Amino acid sequence: MKQVFKRPETLIKTTTHFCPGCHHGTVHRLVAEAIDRLGVREDTIGVAGVGCGVFLYDYLAVDVCEAPHGRAPAVATGIKRVNPEKIVFTYQGDGDLASIGMSEVVHTANRGENITVIFVNNSVYGMTGGQMAPTTLLGQQTTTSPRGRDFHYDGYPIRMAEMLATLEGVAFAARVAVDKPANLRKAKQAVNTAFEMQAKNMGFTFVELLSACPTNWYMTPLAALRRIEEEMIPYYPLGIFRQRKAADYL
Amino acid sequence: MEERIMLKGSVALAEGALTAGCRYYFGYPITPQNDIPEYLSLHMPERGGVFIQAESEVASINMLLGAAAAGARAMTSSSGPGISLMQEGLSYMAGSELPCVVVNITRSGPGLGGISPTQGDYKQATCGGGHGDYYLIVLAPSSVQEMYDLTIRGFELADKYRNPVMILGDAILGQMKEPVTLRDAKPVTYDKPWALTGPKGRKPQLVKSLYLKDGEMEVHNWKLAEKYRRLAEEDTMVEVDEDADADIAVVAYGSCARIVISAVEMAREEGIRVSRIRPITLYPFPSGEIRRVSEKVGRFLTVEMNTGQMVRDVRLSVAPGCDVRLLARPGGAIPTPQQILAEIRKALE
Repeated sequence: MKQVFKRPETLIKTTTHFCPGCHHGTVHRLVAEAIDRLGVREDTIGVAGVGCGVFLYDYLAVDVCEAPHGRAPAVATGIKRVNPEKIVFTYQGDGDLASIGMSEVVHTANRGENITVIFVNNSVYGMTGGQMAPTTLLGQQTTTSPRGRDFHYDGYPIRMAEMLATLEGVAFAARVAVDKPANLRKAKQAVNTAFEMQAKNMGFTFVELLSACPTNWYMTPLAALRRIEEEMIPYYPLGIFRQRKAADYL
Repeated sequence: MEERIMLKGSVALAEGALTAGCRYYFGYPITPQNDIPEYLSLHMPERGGVFIQAESEVASINMLLGAAAAGARAMTSSSGPGISLMQEGLSYMAGSELPCVVVNITRSGPGLGGISPTQGDYKQATCGGGHGDYYLIVLAPSSVQEMYDLTIRGFELADKYRNPVMILGDAILGQMKEPVTLRDAKPVTYDKPWALTGPKGRKPQLVKSLYLKDGEMEVHNWKLAEKYRRLAEEDTMVEVDEDADADIAVVAYGSCARIVISAVEMAREEGIRVSRIRPITLYPFPSGEIRRVSEKVGRFLTVEMNTGQMVRDVRLSVAPGCDVRLLARPGGAIPTPQQILAEIRKALE
């Protein structure tokens, strides 16, 4: 019988430390599948941001460099400039990328660095225990917005994919969700496209994945999935916001 | 054949980096060190290298972290405020055992301060500078020749110990022109089997500084401490101009040490018996040599272009009972040979 589904070669066979209902494992798998698909595992270097995703090296069988909080795109720039023929990606959460690392991601995108940024947006600081992130939705209660996020005090949630899509250096900017099979298929496609475009030297590629953090949302995994559909997607629309057709775009 | 030419300090330093095989520069503009990135923006690509003007010093040091993790000889340069912004990255690089060269052509401070020559960053440079239990290897050139030589040596030491190296200079050293002998000899290089190049034909590798399991951070800290001990034993550098019957020894480093040379010559003409000590590595500090000289000389004078930072290391190094005095000029003021001579006379009264 033909085997149609198996563990990707890039995904290490182990149990994860992630909480029940967390989507990091799902996103790890999508990245592993994209690397397998291109057959580039032995030529891939990942850069792990600070947050729950820092343990990337326990789960993906590629070289990994830890980056200081928010600095992953700058670290990836250094790695890629030394190894332009290798596949280099960052794996960052929303506190890491959209708060402390805003400057690094914007300028790396604007330089058109030929790297892929995997951005896991779960609207909260996960590892530090559920504090408010720049992506926290209005009204969302967190440990540092106990009355719910109020724009008078805290400003508005940031839409990263749309913002980066305005930059000329960006080859691909998309937002996907991993809450249900239909969305997951599109998410897989987007991650594949991003890595493929990098392999073709087309420039900076960015995939934002709306994900659940049931622990810090104080929800069951099932309720968390519903929240992605009912609350996150209406504010963070899914789609491809920029897709360059060719590498020589100017 | 070795070539002898006139070079500006900043250019000599940049040429030293290129000679050392550095092909990656990441930096952000700040006075008084802009000649370094300007020179390298032209010459780095000509020699097959990469020059990136980063969006900030925070980005510069992290690009450097990435390039170092990939196994390349890489550098950045900046000045006080920019070096402060780099402390996070330097701590990560020391923790991850990544080699690099960081140049600090100092500004006086605190704050935005001024751009005239100063040694106010001694404390930050020699005490690690960022969070955690680590040190930088700190080299203090005193001439344009040393801006060239010590930059090459800096890359070698960085690789030998897998630790960031700081070249600590100031506007005098960066801006003045002197004859420099460019060397033919190839720089020493080291294999980097730990570098991240993709796991082709080997197990995946990891560059990290996070240690959460019980006890493993302590093990790592002791490993680093052992490295710093070995560094002090094998690679401390100091210049000693010793008078066997000296009544006083004068300690100074960098541009300040040049003024001390004039003062010591004037003192010797007057018949004063004086030794001169110039630390070349500020970390590791040449405590052994200072201790040895202090066993015979009861009086020391430390001359610094700050309010008195190195003097603490001198006091920790000398034999018990040795009188250590300080002549300090902070904020971009420069001591004169006459002023130093007057202090030498006063100390011997």
